[in-house]
Amino acid sequence: MFHLLIFILKLRTIILIMFFLIIKRILLGLITLFIVSLITFVGTEVLPGDACTTYLEREAYGAALEACYKRLGLDIPAHERYLSWAYNVIQGDFGYSLSGQMPINEVLGPRVKNSMVLASAAIIIGIPLALILGIITALWRDKLPDITISTVTIFAMTIPEFISATLLILVVAIWLELLPGIVIVPTDVTITELLPNIILPVIAIAMIMTAHMARMVRSSVIQVMASDYVQMAILKGVPYWKMVFKHVLPNALLPAINVVALTIAWLLGGVVVTEVVFNYPGLGRLVIESISNRDLPTVQALAIILASIYVSINLIADLLTLMLNPRLKTLQIRK
Amino acid sequence: MEINKVSDFKKKSIFFKVSEVLVTMASKPSGFIGLSILVFHILLAFLSPYLAPYDFKAIDPTLMLQAPSSEYWFGTDSLGRDVFTRTIMGGRTALTITFFGSLIALLWGGLLGIFCGLVGGKIDDVVMRVVDAFLSIPWILAMLLIVSLLGTSTEVLIPALGFFYGKGIVRVARAATHDVIAKDFIVSARARGHSNLSIIWNEIIPNVRDAILVEGAMRWSWMLLGFSSLSFLGFGVSPPTPDWGLMISNARGLMSFAYWAVIAPIVGLSSLIIGINLTADAFAKALGIDRSTKAPV
Repeated sequence: MFHLLIFILKLRTIILIMFFLIIKRILLGLITLFIVSLITFVGTEVLPGDACTTYLEREAYGAALEACYKRLGLDIPAHERYLSWAYNVIQGDFGYSLSGQMPINEVLGPRVKNSMVLASAAIIIGIPLALILGIITALWRDKLPDITISTVTIFAMTIPEFISATLLILVVAIWLELLPGIVIVPTDVTITELLPNIILPVIAIAMIMTAHMARMVRSSVIQVMASDYVQMAILKGVPYWKMVFKHVLPNALLPAINVVALTIAWLLGGVVVTEVVFNYPGLGRLVIESISNRDLPTVQALAIILASIYVSINLIADLLTLMLNPRLKTLQIRK
Repeated sequence: MEINKVSDFKKKSIFFKVSEVLVTMASKPSGFIGLSILVFHILLAFLSPYLAPYDFKAIDPTLMLQAPSSEYWFGTDSLGRDVFTRTIMGGRTALTITFFGSLIALLWGGLLGIFCGLVGGKIDDVVMRVVDAFLSIPWILAMLLIVSLLGTSTEVLIPALGFFYGKGIVRVARAATHDVIAKDFIVSARARGHSNLSIIWNEIIPNVRDAILVEGAMRWSWMLLGFSSLSFLGFGVSPPTPDWGLMISNARGLMSFAYWAVIAPIVGLSSLIIGINLTADAFAKALGIDRSTKAPV
């Protein structure tokens, strides 16, 4: 009875501490997003020329300029504009795009969807493939499979996205004429219409992603294989594959979660370039378009959205590791 | 006399260390290949103005899109310029800008990281939050913002790339500092009454130098990737400067016909990036640092 009570109390503290940890992570993420919004606001604020000078071009002087400032609300001091902008963003309203003269939410909606389709297809292909390749290369370390796969991954990993994408178009679309090389669909296309068009872009993104992750899985598995408890399992006579699946992989893949999340987040930049190469109607092309058009509200919205994707991917990875790893709980308590 | 001897010994030991590291790097096939590619590209960057058979900006409409021949080894591009000349000169800008950029990144990132690791407390918290925020902005968006903010001249690109790619080094330097800070020799240096500056210079830097240098070498290849992506998107160096990213983007539209104008700069850029990567990997291995479990941030 007494033991049960102590157990329940312990469980309660653990749950409480987990709860606070999760809250702390979320708060840290929110602080990061706040700083990002400050950085982009200040960054776009000091950009030479503003929306009005771009919009009016040569007529940007005198009364017309004043009227434009008034219309877009640029005559209010910067800090007040930031506050009202931030207030609207929290409510999910990014304001109006300057070049298209339409609500940014309407511009962003289909673009976010298209980019999500692209990224999730790459992730769905990339993660299992990376796991398999990483485990194979680690188990056959320095043998033929490892040497071949590792060489290929080094190439896939280091070559810039725009080069692999261009080569894919040249070989698959132009020389072999297998798939369309350039995506020519409207922005608000349905997913079923989009799918045949995205094979090449997905390959281009999945290639570099897989290569990065496979390398990390490889070294993680190798590290665990060298540990004492695996040696012990070998000496004990545990069958090889049982040992691999029961002792090695769970311990090797857990620390890989965070790294995989960081890689995915880092590759957001590569998605932008790949989308431009394939003329894909996603967020990436919008980044380039809005920066060349000096469409600052859209740039700010994009920065916040991309940063929140980054923050939430990392948050999910943190929480996953926290939930899956029993050791981390006690470690965090002591800290 | 005594002092001279000591300093002689020190100089020699650094020289020996460098050559020892180089020999270790070159003793493995991947390191040897990487080093030779890198040396080849650096030599090419220095010598290409003297080796180039044609003027890199000479436009000739009568020579548009010539296929590779004995006269034009890699053919000509859509403006009749010699692709071979532009390819061998295409790495000069990229190499210079990214080399000095990574030096700047190393310096500010390393020093700030060491400082944060040593001081700790509130300052450390604030700096790391800002670094985290910068890390969560995709590099391409930040670079495009900086470039459209300040222009695309070399004087802007070097510090901009250096600043932006240094933020990851802050983390690495800070973590490495945390590893040594609790060691006995730091505690005893504190007890001897050494100042923070003297501790940083004499105790911490020699111990975290390797980790930071390896990180810097890695950053160099990412910076090259970022720089050429910028050029490719039209936000990097301005034409007619020969640059691989720019050449690929210009020749891409006509590649169903004139594939040679795309292939040549692709081979140039890919080989340089692979060379730097292999070298950085071999460098890390020679110094006994395992980088492969780290994410590219």
